[in-house]
Order: sequence, then C-alpha cells, then structure tokens
Amino acid sequence: MIETDIIIIGAGPVGLFTVFEAGLLKLRCHLIDALPQIGGQLSEIYPKKPIYDIPGYPDILAGDLVDNLMKQIEPFKPGFTLGERAETYEKLEDGRFKVTTIKGTEHVAPVIAIAGGLGSFEPRKPPISNLADFEDKGVEYMIREPELYRDKTIVIAGGGDSALDWAIFLADVAKEVSLVHRRTSFRGALDSVEKVQELAEAGKISLITNAQVVGLSGNGKLDTVTIKHKKAGEEQKKTDHFIPLFGLTPKLGPIGDWGLEIKKNAIVVDTFDYVTNTPGIFAIGDVNTYPGKLKLILCGFHEATLMVQSAFKIVYPDKKASFKYTTVNGVNGFD
Amino acid sequence: MEDIIKVTVIDREGVTHELDAPTDMNMNMMELCKSYELPVEGTCGGMALCASCHCYVLSEHELREASDDEEDMLDQAFFVEDNSRLGCQIKLVNELDGLKVQLAPVGD
Repeated sequence: MIETDIIIIGAGPVGLFTVFEAGLLKLRCHLIDALPQIGGQLSEIYPKKPIYDIPGYPDILAGDLVDNLMKQIEPFKPGFTLGERAETYEKLEDGRFKVTTIKGTEHVAPVIAIAGGLGSFEPRKPPISNLADFEDKGVEYMIREPELYRDKTIVIAGGGDSALDWAIFLADVAKEVSLVHRRTSFRGALDSVEKVQELAEAGKISLITNAQVVGLSGNGKLDTVTIKHKKAGEEQKKTDHFIPLFGLTPKLGPIGDWGLEIKKNAIVVDTFDYVTNTPGIFAIGDVNTYPGKLKLILCGFHEATLMVQSAFKIVYPDKKASFKYTTVNGVNGFD
Repeated sequence: MEDIIKVTVIDREGVTHELDAPTDMNMNMMELCKSYELPVEGTCGGMALCASCHCYVLSEHELREASDDEEDMLDQAFFVEDNSRLGCQIKLVNELDGLKVQLAPVGD
C-alpha cells in the first residue's frame, strides 16, 4: 500500500505541476496514470507539436514541456503508478481516502487531486451496434498475445501505424490477414506502407480499401464481418478475429461514477479551491468545469496552485496556512 | 457588418444554430463552436490530431483541400462521408459567409 499526502490522478502537465506547488508546502505526492508514460495528452497525442501559450515560452514542444516539468518537480520526489487506471475510491475510518487501480494497487492519502484531463485513454471503438457482444469473443482492440492468432483468419480495420504494423506482423503468424481501410492511401511510416503493399502483392495480406466494416455476426463467437465497399455494396466475410485499430481517445471512465457532480462530461468544482462536491477531493485542469472555465494548460497550473492551499489545511489541520515565495529561499526539495 | 459572417451549425440533436462569426480573429470552425458552447470537444486544440471536431459541410462553398494530416485524422473518425471535414481546419474567412455545417455523430 502506498501512503502519501496527495494522490494525483493523471500525470499530465497539470498533475505534474501540482507536485511542485505541493512540494513548496512540504506536501508529498503520488501520481496515478492509465498510460504507461507521463505527460498525458502532451505525450500521447502531440509530443512534437509546439505550444505557444505557456507564459515565458514563446514556443515549446509539448514533449519538452513534460521533460521540463519533470525536472522542476524532481526535488520533491513524486511517486508514480503508471499504466494503471484509477478505478475506485473509499473513505477510510481515519478520514483518509484509498484509491485502488485496475490492477489492485492501493494508495492512501488525506487528499485526492483529480487532474485527469479529458479522461483516461481508451481504444476508439467503431460504431457497430453489436460490437460489445463480441468483445473478447473474436473482437480485440489491442494485441496482447500474438500466438492467439496463429493459423487463424483475421480482419484488421484502420489505416494508421498500429494497423499497418500489426498487419505486417500477423501476416507471418495467421492463416489469412485482411486489412480494411476507408481510403486507398495509408498514413503511417513510409516503410510500413511499402511493406504492406509488398505483402499485398505477394498475396500475404488482403488489402480491402475504400471500405469499412459495418456489421458483425456469430453465435456466441465472432464468425462473419460485413464489409461495406464505397462503390460495390456489402460483402460478408468469414473471420475468426476482428481487430479495429483506430487509435486512442480519452474517456472520463470510472471517475464519472464516484458520486461527484458531473456536468458536460466534466467535474463541477468551487472556484475558491477547486474542491468537488466531496470535501478532500479536488479536480483541476481540463477535467473540471465552472462558470467561465477555459481548458488551457496555464489555467490548470493556476488551479493546482490554489488547490494545494486547501490541501495543506487538510493534511496539517493544526498548522497555520503556509505560503512560499520561491524568490526568498529558492526551492527546498525533500531528502 | 464588416468582418462578421453568418454560419449555420446543425448540432447532433438536429437543432439549427445561426451563428455570427468574426473573420478578423483568425478563428476556425471548431473554435467558433466552442465559443458558442456547442458540443465540440476540440481535444487536441486544433492541430488536426483528434477528429473530435469532425463535421459535414452541407453548403456548396469551395473549401481549401484537406491536408494529409486532416485526411489521416479522418481515418480515425467514424461516420466519415465525402463531405467530412475537421472543423479546426476550416478557417473562417469572408468568402465563407453562409457556410452550413452539421456536427458528425461521436462514437460511444
């Protein structure tokens, strides 16, 4: 069990900066994130894109901002639980909270700061009405165990790197690999695109372009997909597996069921200190909403800074309020 | 009025919104929808990296052709049609007076 002062859910820019502001008040932090790496959207969606509205930086690459934040918070020695989505929380008898991840890792602290952005990243699912019926019964959104596909018939959908890479890989493993894509051209690394074309010419991958998978059928297990061609109409195709690879998209996820007030897919907070309807649980950054809310990184930084003042009063109810100017003593990290 | 055009947005419930759009603010369709609090997420902040501003262009305006980045992103969207565009890539200029778009459905 991990014990700390503030459990931060979400290791994006706002979650990371919270460690700094908390550290100035001698509060320790532990971050939980569903992604295997820190940085949230900045690392997952646009690490190589410049951001222009961080005060003091005319422009900075998203990935560099994450690196800089890590450097800035290093003196405060944050803990990390990565690659695990926070699932549930409960209030303990001593008044603290326990947050448990999907893998069962337990974290205990008197304060929870939800800095979850737009939510945790989940595979984007195509709009096929009975898709859920076949999940893990022939439909998989990621490939965990390649041997599962040995000598099987597989239909992959998508046109990006992961669709191309897995089509190439499975061409050697599976009995038959079809790649269904809505256009004739593919995005993704050029050598992957060329490799797929080569394998298609050699008959190792069946390329089905200008088409999409629109239906599934089977009796308790996937048996057939319906492929709709842009011009030629619909076609039924027998398959053992259907693997839609359309990237990741953020979902509010289990936090939406924590009893917090939700409005427009965001957590309602009081702008005094960004507390939710539950004392001790705060929400900062893109995940919160209030009148006048703007989803900007710099607003999240501000929210984190005000939030830790109230967190301090919860962690140290007997101490007078604390406030540090870094200009006076610099940054004093933890041993 | 100068530098203001009329834009029509049909939301996902089928409700029509007639919006005044400034053309001197370098805004795009996604930003316009957000400023009127229409349900457009704009997850990536307008970099053609998330497809959450996917819309259909219903009027006959000549739009700039979609970039490779935009086409690539539409590959990750669903319900893509021939008139699909990303709102963040539609820059609001005077020539687009009378533009009419419909917000595309979002997945689950």
